[in-house]
Amino acid sequence: MSALRRFWASTIGKKVVMAVTGLLLVLFLIGHMLGNLQMFVGADAMNRYAALIKSTGELLWVARAGLLAAAVLHIVSAVQLTMINRAARPADYAKREPAVSTIASRTMRVGGVVLAAFIVFHIGHFTVGTFHPAFSHTGVYGNVILGFRSPWVVLFYVIAMAVLGLHLFHGAWSGVRTLGLAKPSPDPLHRKVALWIAIAVWAGFTAIPVAVFLEILR
Amino acid sequence: MSASTAGAAMHLTLHVWRQKGPKDAGRMVQYPARDISPDMSFLEMLDTVNERLVESGDEPIAFDHDCREGICGSCGLMINGSAHGPMKLTTACQLHMRSFKDGDSIWIEPWRAKAFPVIKDLVVDRGAFDRIIQAGGFISAPTGTPQDANGLPIAKADADLAMDNAACIGCGACVAACPNASASLFTAAKISHLGALPQGQPERKRRAKAMVERMDLEGFGGCTLFGECQEACPKGISLDAIMQMNRDYVLASATAVEEKVHADSA
Ligand code: HEM
Ligand code: FES
Repeated sequence: MSALRRFWASTIGKKVVMAVTGLLLVLFLIGHMLGNLQMFVGADAMNRYAALIKSTGELLWVARAGLLAAAVLHIVSAVQLTMINRAARPADYAKREPAVSTIASRTMRVGGVVLAAFIVFHIGHFTVGTFHPAFSHTGVYGNVILGFRSPWVVLFYVIAMAVLGLHLFHGAWSGVRTLGLAKPSPDPLHRKVALWIAIAVWAGFTAIPVAVFLEILR
Repeated sequence: MSASTAGAAMHLTLHVWRQKGPKDAGRMVQYPARDISPDMSFLEMLDTVNERLVESGDEPIAFDHDCREGICGSCGLMINGSAHGPMKLTTACQLHMRSFKDGDSIWIEPWRAKAFPVIKDLVVDRGAFDRIIQAGGFISAPTGTPQDANGLPIAKADADLAMDNAACIGCGACVAACPNASASLFTAAKISHLGALPQGQPERKRRAKAMVERMDLEGFGGCTLFGECQEACPKGISLDAIMQMNRDYVLASATAVEEKVHADSA
């Protein structure tokens, strides 16, 4: 126990927790995005897919608990590291511009807050139904179509997914490096893989609200 | 100015951080720097400005320096927002005024980090780096006189890796450039240097754990992989070193080696 405590007390320990939970969430997101694309196959396919997931019963709750635990650990380590990092530079430079850091890396913290807000809204929107105008517990396809009638909701999803894409571009790259899993290289492969994961997840998730808005899906 | 200088003299405006001592609040002060030769090094330019300050009865600008050949790591200035100034792979002492244009304004600030408190003006206390080294950045076994060059065979790739990381001069540019004021690149360079060699193996895990914990204790931030440190490093230390440090640290934590080593030596 004390070894685990000491690990968690270190900046690398917290970063490793952030990386492991982050990469688990990336895996979830890839699956979630691919599953959602069945919206384009048709209402039957989508509703059957949803019913299949619901039919797993306890297993579904295990997965949900795992995702929640990952999200909580991810956010707690992110918040603690951010506080440590801020405290390490109490006085800033009068003149300083970032030389090489990407926009993605510099928006991890604010982007994370946007994503946290998005996750709360999204679960209230399509899982619980509190933020949904006409929620049905069996008609997932219809929920999505009706849920994206509001241009404000569509806009929020589009913005949140752009933020997610940026978060993933830095996160998927950074997480692999944090865990020391990459091969040393000046032009590393995992940077390109991170880019393609970010683009695929962003495009796959963005396509649905946009298609509903443009009435390609109805 | 002597006519022997190659380029025409430059007239510059300096904005310099002045701070009387550790407790003083400090502020940016503007100084003219007229008739500067493009052949001067950056520190010679500061020397020239200081001579004039002394002549007019003012306190000269304090800054750290020693070898002025880019090998000791003493100099360290934030120049126009870049650690060691605009030239890549170059320390402030090896930077020349030809990198600037006549009429330029130059902002000169000390390294900024909680773990590097300002002593005076542009001089900061980098003792935190010494304490990270003291925590484990060494090999404690007496190794005697140097052995024959090939007495202990080391793979070329390992020797290169150790050499690349040994290039770190401990100047602190990585901390200065990092938005988190993280000492990860410095600490990782030391861990990777010794960890690549056979002599470094017995203490490898204990070293990683002790140095990382000391680094945290000193109040440096964590690594966010912005990559600013690698860009600022005058010796070209690679971010890859940080991967090695994380691997060694995780392994050491997983096997909780430190307690065992202490028990053995007790
Ligand atoms: C819910 C709110 C979230 C917050 C507040 C948050 C915050 C952060 C922060 C501050 C970082 C640190 C960046 C760094 O130091 O390199 C980070 C990294 C990361 N995030 Fe998130 N994030 C959130 C959601 C997500 C989600 C939904 C995913 C999954 C796709 C994710 C995946 C990652 C990954 C993989 C990393 C890299 C870890 C590393 O650098 O080692 N995050 N996050
Ligand atoms: S004075 Fe020695 S490295 Fe610059």
